[in-house]
Amino acid sequence: MSEAAFAPRSWRDLPLGNVIPLPMTSLSYKTGNWRALRPVLHKEKCIKCLLCWVHCPEPAIHRHEDDSVSINYDFCKGCGICANVCPVHAIEMVMEG
Amino acid sequence: MRGRVVGLNGDRAVAYAVKQAKVDVISAYPITPQTIIVEALAEYVNNGELDAAFIPVESEHTALSAAVGASLAGARVFTATSSQGLALMWEILWIAAGLRTTIVMAIGNRALSPNINIHCSHDDAYAARETGWLQFFAENVQEAYDLTLMAFRISEDHRVLFPSIVNLDGFILTHSVERLSVLEDSDVDAFLPKKEPVNRIDPDRPMTYGALDLFDWYMEHKRAQFEALESTRPVIREVFEEYGELTGRKYTPVKAYNVDGADIVFVALGTAAGTLRHAARELAEQGKKLGVVSLTQYRPFPAEELRKILSEAAVVAVLDRSISFGSPAPQLFMDIATSMYYAKRRPLLFSVIYGLGGRDFTPQHVFELYKRAEEILRTGEPPATSIWVGLREG
Amino acid sequence: MGEVKQIRTLKEIPREELFAPGHRLCAGCGIPQLVRLVLKAVPGPKVVVNATGCLEVATTIFPYTSWGVPWVHIAFENAAAVASGIEAAFKVLERKYGYKRPKVIVFAGDGGTFDIGFQALSGALERGHDMIYICYDNEAYMNTGIQRSGATPKGAHTTTSPAGKVIPGKLERKKNLIEIAVAHGIRYAATMNPAYPVDMYNKIAKAASVQGPTVLHYFSPCPTGWYFDPSRSIEVARLAVQTRIWPLYEYEDGKYRITVPVKEPKPIEEYFKLQGRFRHLLEPENRWLLEEIKREVEENWNRLLRLAQQS
Repeated sequence: MSEAAFAPRSWRDLPLGNVIPLPMTSLSYKTGNWRALRPVLHKEKCIKCLLCWVHCPEPAIHRHEDDSVSINYDFCKGCGICANVCPVHAIEMVMEG
Repeated sequence: MRGRVVGLNGDRAVAYAVKQAKVDVISAYPITPQTIIVEALAEYVNNGELDAAFIPVESEHTALSAAVGASLAGARVFTATSSQGLALMWEILWIAAGLRTTIVMAIGNRALSPNINIHCSHDDAYAARETGWLQFFAENVQEAYDLTLMAFRISEDHRVLFPSIVNLDGFILTHSVERLSVLEDSDVDAFLPKKEPVNRIDPDRPMTYGALDLFDWYMEHKRAQFEALESTRPVIREVFEEYGELTGRKYTPVKAYNVDGADIVFVALGTAAGTLRHAARELAEQGKKLGVVSLTQYRPFPAEELRKILSEAAVVAVLDRSISFGSPAPQLFMDIATSMYYAKRRPLLFSVIYGLGGRDFTPQHVFELYKRAEEILRTGEPPATSIWVGLREG
Repeated sequence: MGEVKQIRTLKEIPREELFAPGHRLCAGCGIPQLVRLVLKAVPGPKVVVNATGCLEVATTIFPYTSWGVPWVHIAFENAAAVASGIEAAFKVLERKYGYKRPKVIVFAGDGGTFDIGFQALSGALERGHDMIYICYDNEAYMNTGIQRSGATPKGAHTTTSPAGKVIPGKLERKKNLIEIAVAHGIRYAATMNPAYPVDMYNKIAKAASVQGPTVLHYFSPCPTGWYFDPSRSIEVARLAVQTRIWPLYEYEDGKYRITVPVKEPKPIEEYFKLQGRFRHLLEPENRWLLEEIKREVEENWNRLLRLAQQS
């Protein structure tokens, strides 16, 4: 996913009909600072089942070409679902900061 | 002069214009006195005379909601309603305008309940006057036909892109057969080419329509919409002129009859204007001069034009076929009084309420009002409350 | 619908994301899991119509949008109506002018479906518009602060059906959306649950293949409104199925099929004790209500078994 920039400054440069004229502009709004807990992936344990990828609500888990995964900390809210669904406990929730 | 003469009632004339406009989608719910429009359109579609989707919606709220969706998809869309139906649509009216749809809606003006009344009042149209729609009033069946065609052209113009309402008096116009001249299909095709939508729903250019504004953007969106609506005025004039050249029928935002040198001028919307002009001709035979002003364009309100015309009068009666409870005056009066506040010369103004719920408005009423106006001219003291005409005073 | 490709593993789920992070849905919300799968499982060009509610509000705060497809929000009660207009328009525009016609997908919460949006849904189903109507059911008006809806299950605590000293939560039953949809004569309707993503994906794909209206009813866990730790979202969802409270089944051209059989149901208490909205039902003074709920769950399950057997 690539970031798209839409940043109007005043009423004069608003698009017709109040639209947001580009897709997925929320990529500019980083929700990573919501976290109290952060998921840590122990890659060596990962069996590439993709459950964490399917269940992440943001999504903040990237699925790579070989089906391994990595976490996007710009957006992860620390909900802990990934750690909870992982069948081999490859993800550990630790306190942020 | 192009066209051929036919006899149609107001509803059928509107439906005929919609057919000639080759709409793509019709989304409407029946309500007296608009039903004939909806029925005629269903007939055209099912007989293969109009290639359009006719959505038999289950309520007016859905009618307008579906129309909004269809317009955003890029379709030429038509709907129609009256009174309670418009009231039910009210929530969506604002959205249809704010999201810059190009829907054309005919309203068979009808009184608002209670009590339930199917006859003519203008309350329904007035209730929509702040919602951001363009609004036109037809005075006869010819105008209902003409304004419907022009509404599509105006609304879809890239310098406008707002939805339009065409008002026609319930029963008085909707159900009365009058002579009118209709254009040939080829002339309509030339006047009204295919809609070229702006920002339409397009999977290849995904956009978000109807986002949420927090306190940081709502006001800006409203200002942008306000300015956009103001800038539609010259386009309306342009389309009026072009249509005038095509048909020989000249439209202007404000119609003025016999106002030069008239001390007394009456203003009304819709069919009452015709009654006023008829009465003015009879008064002229008695040596009395009455100027008559009516508005074809009601929103955006033609304040500038009205100031020019009414500044020269001494006494102006504003006739409202409506009631605005708790307000200092009915709606058109408030529009005009506010406009005249900024005029260099201000006539005396007084308000008249007439014709509610289809109550007949006759030349006799006009003569009574004229006497009243003469009195006000003498005393210089207009009443601060509305004069009710045609009421059983008991 | 036999030719619709069905998957068996998560790996077969397409990779492309048409829904971006950066939205403001609660941590652990069940809704994005639905949206992501829907946008992957429905092939070809798409347009989404969204009713007012959690999903709409949190994903489109101007100027930010999480949507990678055209997305329309008009009001609360008219998502199905707006969708009807878009669908009808595109059929005409495709025929008259060759416009590309997207599949229309509606997302509405239980509020915008069972209550205020009910009329519009019924009208759209009756008219037979080609759309996939998906209700994400978090079982209350969550966006406005957890008020009860016609989809709130019996016994649940909400702010307008509080578990009080005299009345212990909502006493009315939950409306049955699938039965209501089926009564309109549509071809396909199904329940879905995030704990069963393969089942979900396949149902979405089937619905997408139908030319006409389909209704999908999604169990949407809500940590905020149901009062449980967000990390346990999928656990809660799985228990809903395993206690038979949320049967996973589909209706397809007159036949019912239970797609995730539950031979030995878990006790309902296990599901209730995980959620603050139900915990009062485990108190002795509310035992009568708990028993009523259990009876109704069993009756409903048996009803589905009968329907499935007859199919």
